[in-house]
Amino acid sequence: MKHHQLSLFLENQPGQLVDPCRVLADAGIDIRTLTLADTERFGILRLIVSDWARAAVVLEKAGYVVNVTEVVAIEVDNRPGGLTEVLQALDGMNVEYMYAFPFGRGDKAVLIFRFDQPDAAIERLRAAGINVVP
Amino acid sequence: MSFHPASAPDYLPRAQMQALQLARLQAVAARAYDRVELYRDRMSTPPQVGTLEDLAALPFTNKSDLRDTYPFGLFASPIEEIVRLHASSGTTGKPIVVAYTKADLDVWTGVMLRTFAACGLHRGDIIQNAYGYGLFTGGLGAHYGAEALGATVIPISGGNTERQIMVMKDFKVTAICSTPSYFLHLLERAGELGVDVSALPLRAGVFGAEPWTDSMRRRIEAAGGIRAYDIYGLSEITGPGVAIECEQQNGLHIFEDHFYPEVIDPETGRMLPEGCEGELVLTTLSKQAMPMIRYRTRDITALIPEPCPCGRTLRRMRRIGRRSDDMFIIRGVNVFPSQIESALLAVEGTLPHYQIVLTREKGLDEMEVLVEVTPEVFSDRIGALERLQNRLAGALEHTLGLRAGVRLVRPQTLERSEGKARRVSDRRNLG
Repeated sequence: MKHHQLSLFLENQPGQLVDPCRVLADAGIDIRTLTLADTERFGILRLIVSDWARAAVVLEKAGYVVNVTEVVAIEVDNRPGGLTEVLQALDGMNVEYMYAFPFGRGDKAVLIFRFDQPDAAIERLRAAGINVVP
Repeated sequence: MSFHPASAPDYLPRAQMQALQLARLQAVAARAYDRVELYRDRMSTPPQVGTLEDLAALPFTNKSDLRDTYPFGLFASPIEEIVRLHASSGTTGKPIVVAYTKADLDVWTGVMLRTFAACGLHRGDIIQNAYGYGLFTGGLGAHYGAEALGATVIPISGGNTERQIMVMKDFKVTAICSTPSYFLHLLERAGELGVDVSALPLRAGVFGAEPWTDSMRRRIEAAGGIRAYDIYGLSEITGPGVAIECEQQNGLHIFEDHFYPEVIDPETGRMLPEGCEGELVLTTLSKQAMPMIRYRTRDITALIPEPCPCGRTLRRMRRIGRRSDDMFIIRGVNVFPSQIESALLAVEGTLPHYQIVLTREKGLDEMEVLVEVTPEVFSDRIGALERLQNRLAGALEHTLGLRAGVRLVRPQTLERSEGKARRVSDRRNLG
């Protein structure tokens, strides 16, 4: 299913990453997973958190530009070929970006996908029998 | 259209205005000569002012004269008669100090009253004064003018944007005074908080203390649902209230009964005919505590010869786009910050907060433009932000004819001073 992902604009400088994490910690918000996309000049921190709506408010209050996007979380078997099956099911669909993390569910991993058409993608995945994380 | 009796001098027939100006000019020149050493030394003989044209024979006064005579050296009144002092922030050296007698404050209040009246404001309006209160002339100048008009003044001063938005909404504010860059910031913050400023009773903004372009005005007017008026003033002359736009928004009427304008060639100091662009020079016609004779403002403008359809006979000057001392030269190219602002706004109308940083690396000048990212343009996709960065750099190169780096930065990270955006940071001589 679709999840709300927060994206933050960061400058590419020392200390930029710790500040937003501290803001979330102070608000008692848990970071489920994150990824950092960076260029020479700036970075985008993408976060999935326990309470996205409140997290967006506290981060904006702290002076961050926050963008909320819907992403799709997919569970895959942590074995050779697991990812290939998912990507094959999505053949021809535009993936804006993706990142993966182990989820403490034994031999499963979770993939986060940013699609430009998330609903169509979910349909495809379901049809292929792939587990979309609610 | 309402009319306030205090605005009567705005409509004086020209001949009457010139007679008034000449009488006041003769008095102020004599006062400056009699009471201020610097003027006496420069003029050498008592000033002979038989006509307004004779003013051109008197020496100029510069900002450095205020610094050199710091703090009280240009006062023409004994301290017993001075009821108020203001000072500049002094970010570029010693502050400059300005003084007012009771009569000077009355004049200042009067021109600020006429300023608000020209913007269509009147008794019953609720004016949120977000200019800084304190040594800066903006806050108190606007405050007393709005009170004299009979409007309701909210002396909120600058900063604390969330409270400004709450007050604007809850108090049903109809007009705001601030720097244009601060109001833009307020609009953005309001948007984030889910407040649509264009749906509020706010209908006018009196914006000044920094140069701003017409494209910025269009953006402010569209997003705020208001008319945005350009106000001009400087502490050395009185503070805000030297000139203001009327409902035509086509040039600023100078309150000529108190401030006499000339436009000169900044290189030669020669007076230019009406309509020619040059440096604005102002003479205070009624100032007691600190008369300014031919003060060089460094602001570049032109006097508009045609009469204004609004009916005011006060001469107009074009909006100040640049200052003769804001220009910087990079790799042999003359650049004004206003050119950079126009280029940025042409690409992306929502990126008004910027700073130009000049550095020198291995003997080569480099220019980088820092642009604050706004929620409207921020994307979670790297490619989209890189494309934005490239489009901005492309527009700068196209406008200026030289390459400039563009760096996106977090909101509210660029320096601001008393609500004024600091547009150029020249670090070329620092090491």
